[in-house]
Amino acid sequence: MSETKQTFNSSLGKKLIMALTGLFLCTFLIVHLGGNLLLFSNDGGYSFNMYANFLTHFPPIEVVAYVLYASILVHALYAIILTTKNRKARPVTYAVVNKSPASWSSKNMGLLGSILFLFIVIHMGDFWYKYKFTNTVNFKEYRTNLATGERTETAYTPEKADFEHSQSFDGNTEIIRVKDLHARVQSSFSQLWYVAIYVIAMGALTFHMVHGFQSAFRTLGWVHRKYTPIVEFIGTWFFGAIIPLGFAAMPVVYYFMSLSK
Amino acid sequence: MDNANMKLTLKVWRQKDAKTAGKFETYKAENISPDMSFLEMLDIVNESLTHGGQEPIYFDHDCREGICGMCSLYINGNPHGPKRAITTCQLHMRSFHDGETITIEPWRAAPFPVVKDLAVDRSAFDRIQQAGGYISINTGGVPDANAIPIPKIIADEAFNSATCIGCGACVAACKNASAMLFVSAKVSQLGMLPQGQPERYRRVQTMVTQMDEEGFGNCTNTGACEAECPKEISLTNISRMNNDFLSAKLFRQEEVHEIKHEGA
Amino acid sequence: MGLDAKVPQGPLAEKWSKHKFNLKLVNPANKRKYDVIVVGTGLAGASAAASLAELGYNVKAFCFQDSPRRAHSIAAQGGINAAKNYRNDGDSVYRLFYDTIKGGDYRAREANVHRLAEVSVNIIDQCVAQGVPFAREYGGLLDNRSFGGAQVSRTFYARGQTGQQLLLGAYSALNRQIHEGKVKMYTRTEMLDVVVVDGKAQGIITRNLKTGEIDTHTGHAVLLCTGGYGNVFFLSTNAMGSNVTAAWRAHKRGAFFANPCYTQIHPTCIPVTGTHQSKLTLMSESLRNDGRVWAPKTVETAEKLRKGQIKASEVKEDDRDYFLERKYPAFGNLVPRDVASRNAKEMSDEGKGVGATGLAVYLDFADSIKRLGEETVRAKYGNLFDMYIQITDENPYQQPMRIYPAVHYTMGGLWVDYNLQTTVPGLYCLGEANFSDHGANRLGASALMQGLSDGYFVIPYTLGDYLATIGPKPIDASHPAFAQTKADVINTINKLLALKGNKTVSEYHRELGLIMWEYCGMARSAEGLTKAKNLIQALKTDFWKNAIITGENEEINAALEQAGRVADFIELGELMIDDALMRNESCGGHFRIESQTPEGEALRDDEHFAFVAAWKFMGENQPEELNKEELVFENVHLAQRNYK
Repeated sequence: MSETKQTFNSSLGKKLIMALTGLFLCTFLIVHLGGNLLLFSNDGGYSFNMYANFLTHFPPIEVVAYVLYASILVHALYAIILTTKNRKARPVTYAVVNKSPASWSSKNMGLLGSILFLFIVIHMGDFWYKYKFTNTVNFKEYRTNLATGERTETAYTPEKADFEHSQSFDGNTEIIRVKDLHARVQSSFSQLWYVAIYVIAMGALTFHMVHGFQSAFRTLGWVHRKYTPIVEFIGTWFFGAIIPLGFAAMPVVYYFMSLSK
Repeated sequence: MDNANMKLTLKVWRQKDAKTAGKFETYKAENISPDMSFLEMLDIVNESLTHGGQEPIYFDHDCREGICGMCSLYINGNPHGPKRAITTCQLHMRSFHDGETITIEPWRAAPFPVVKDLAVDRSAFDRIQQAGGYISINTGGVPDANAIPIPKIIADEAFNSATCIGCGACVAACKNASAMLFVSAKVSQLGMLPQGQPERYRRVQTMVTQMDEEGFGNCTNTGACEAECPKEISLTNISRMNNDFLSAKLFRQEEVHEIKHEGA
Repeated sequence: MGLDAKVPQGPLAEKWSKHKFNLKLVNPANKRKYDVIVVGTGLAGASAAASLAELGYNVKAFCFQDSPRRAHSIAAQGGINAAKNYRNDGDSVYRLFYDTIKGGDYRAREANVHRLAEVSVNIIDQCVAQGVPFAREYGGLLDNRSFGGAQVSRTFYARGQTGQQLLLGAYSALNRQIHEGKVKMYTRTEMLDVVVVDGKAQGIITRNLKTGEIDTHTGHAVLLCTGGYGNVFFLSTNAMGSNVTAAWRAHKRGAFFANPCYTQIHPTCIPVTGTHQSKLTLMSESLRNDGRVWAPKTVETAEKLRKGQIKASEVKEDDRDYFLERKYPAFGNLVPRDVASRNAKEMSDEGKGVGATGLAVYLDFADSIKRLGEETVRAKYGNLFDMYIQITDENPYQQPMRIYPAVHYTMGGLWVDYNLQTTVPGLYCLGEANFSDHGANRLGASALMQGLSDGYFVIPYTLGDYLATIGPKPIDASHPAFAQTKADVINTINKLLALKGNKTVSEYHRELGLIMWEYCGMARSAEGLTKAKNLIQALKTDFWKNAIITGENEEINAALEQAGRVADFIELGELMIDDALMRNESCGGHFRIESQTPEGEALRDDEHFAFVAAWKFMGENQPEELNKEELVFENVHLAQRNYK
């Protein structure tokens, strides 16, 4: 045990933790973006609300979710530990620091990470926390005609305070009552400042990914003349461009939709 | 012959020793020729300081041809000055312009305490090497040099890592004052060669442990070290070290026994 | 007085093996009772310290640099010779021996040189086992090249950084012993004197360069591995810190100094640009494999070139004098270093030198670039060309390089017998610091070989014999000789610190260098040497009156360090001049203009000068006493070197 402890206390062990949690968070980004793209399905929020409901009520997902939260915290905590140690390694700073040849993002991972952490707190506070732990999110009732596929939606007010969700059938009609996170999203994303926070955060995500993704591979020692360029390509274009763009598109599109109403 | 007519202002870090606080002093450097090396320019400043009864500026230097690794100097915000792939002693004054102000600082890192003025104590590097930067064989009794063929590509790659001169520019350049490029260069060199295999996983552990004990910062893969290294040691070395270290720690069963120091 | 070199009897090829058997051994359990002091951590020092520690001795190693890895062996570029005959091209131990004796112009000791050739093969094995990344071929075996005019390919190399790789190998072996506690390493520590007790070396006095502390260290034997004295010329390819102090102070304690006038001037260095110059940069001799050396045929053309009115590439083929190819058709541009250097100097003396100072000739790659293509030339010499561009701001792919000879290596040094022991029992000298193996001229790629041979494969055997003889009784540091020597050192330091004149130590050093270069450089005459002797004596007097040495002892004091070294260089300079004056013949690196063939080639005088001149210190400002070790050649026939 002491040897394992020693491993993770070493500089390379701490870097390993950063890399593993970082890569895990990257995989989460893919899943999260995939799910959230349901916001773009034009069904009055049905798919999105069903998805949100599924995520919060399927036990294995919940377990993974807590691993995810832990990863975020560990990633941030180790970032702080490492940064503190790094600061200590240079008690007297240089008077003149020239434009270093290292990339801007690589030198500002701490700043970018802090922005992202702040964002995660706002984001989770507004959706996850309110969804799970408060009654501030309204309910919606979807009635679907199973024969025709026609669907109607109405607001629903639960009779009991601890109501979460329900599925019932009325003949040929399926009645689903779930929390209407979609409405919450709509209202949040109709505020310009809120949209701005998201866009800035996704900008930070871009730069965090451009360096972080390939850096994690380097830390794990996975460097190869043939495959490293591919890793760098994925880090830059998939995690650095497509994913943040996809995320940023949601508040932006919803904002403009709110304007046209 | 000498077109020695450049005039410069130098802001030089002066510090009596590790315990005393240092500060910048300003000096004029006159009659400087663009053909002079940077250290020759400092020689001239020192000569005039000596004539004036003042204490000359102390800086480390020896071979003055870019190989001994003794010279250092953080010049205008870059280790070994503005040019790539050279040491301070190979930097010439033609890289500066007449009238320029040049700020000269020592390497700044906690494990490199200032010895005096611009010279720092880099014995931490020696201690890291002593922890395991070798192949444990005695003199004599070794196989014929051609007994083990080594693919040229491996030999060349090992050579690239072995060209490190131990100057410490990587530490100076790194925003985290990390020594990983230096350590990984030796770990890679010996780890790639067949002769280094028996101790490959032991070596990486003892060297990394010593590096951590010295108090260097952690690598965040910015690549500043690689860019500022006068011998252009590649960042890939750090990945090789990471790989060996993690394999050693996570997957290998044998323990690392520290050799007890005997005698002095 | 004749000197006994203790060369073993018997046939040349058996001497070393027989000798090794005859040497006494130290009981393994007793080895840890011996302390051995090793001064200097270059190839010789690091390899000796590591090897002796591996055997079980307690080693104390010293270097003035901040790390043992900085020793100037690190700067050697070209390669290391070994009689491996991997090429099947006719090499053998005997051929390496013969080439080295001939290259040294028959002024080296046969038995030593043969031993050097014998152990050369072990050195390569040792270094490869340490992880030295020598150049290899696609088949995975070691690559060789022909170097310095050798007719066989026996040079092993690691790009242009062979010295660095070999030193880092020895440094790693040393580190292992430091880690195991068998070597105690003292960095930034300079040896200032050797302590001789009852005629035996038993310790040294050092100055801690960080604190100024003067310390005493005891040891059953002292090994000086402190390198050459090329910096007596001020400008040389040596490192700034390279100095003669350890060897010179030992000399003053009784160690004879042999052949000080044998200095090697390397032909392919970057010329001096001005008075600010602090050192000269060598470019590997391998450049002469593809570059052609020339000077303009006429003084008029040379003048135009000097003034920059025309460019070198514009000089017509007919107006160029490829003087090495013209004079030495067989060897051409690959003649030995001394010959190439002297010819370059002759050209400059005749007014045909080029460059702003007129002290340079051309090394032209235009033909090679035409024949091989720029890419091939770049692959072979790219790093050297880059270095040249860096220093001169000129492009050798377009214009020929300017080169001029510079002091590079000193063959002379402390006299040692076959066991590497100086005339002071217990005091040994290894590597460039001794005089032993290169005679009057060293061949390319032989310096690294000698340093490592002495350290890895000779001293571990020969030192044991001495230690077994004296026994493991602890050294008594309370003997008055220790206190006395320490007091002498402090006294010298105080005398230096009292100097508050008007000339810096560097100025004296530069002046000394100019005298030595002018009168004791590539060509020497009785008249010039006599004049130089007076100049040096005057310089010495002036130094001890008018030098400025700032600061105090109890701190880092570069001026004080330099002052001690320059003071010793001045004294050594005088001895070099005495030696050069005495040796009224030309041999290897020593060229007396009174002794040359009608064609202007060096002319040896074997009848009168086939001896090693070992000088004994007789007291301050006293003439030194000449002692001779007659050189006996039982195996090679002495012949005039002929490279035509």
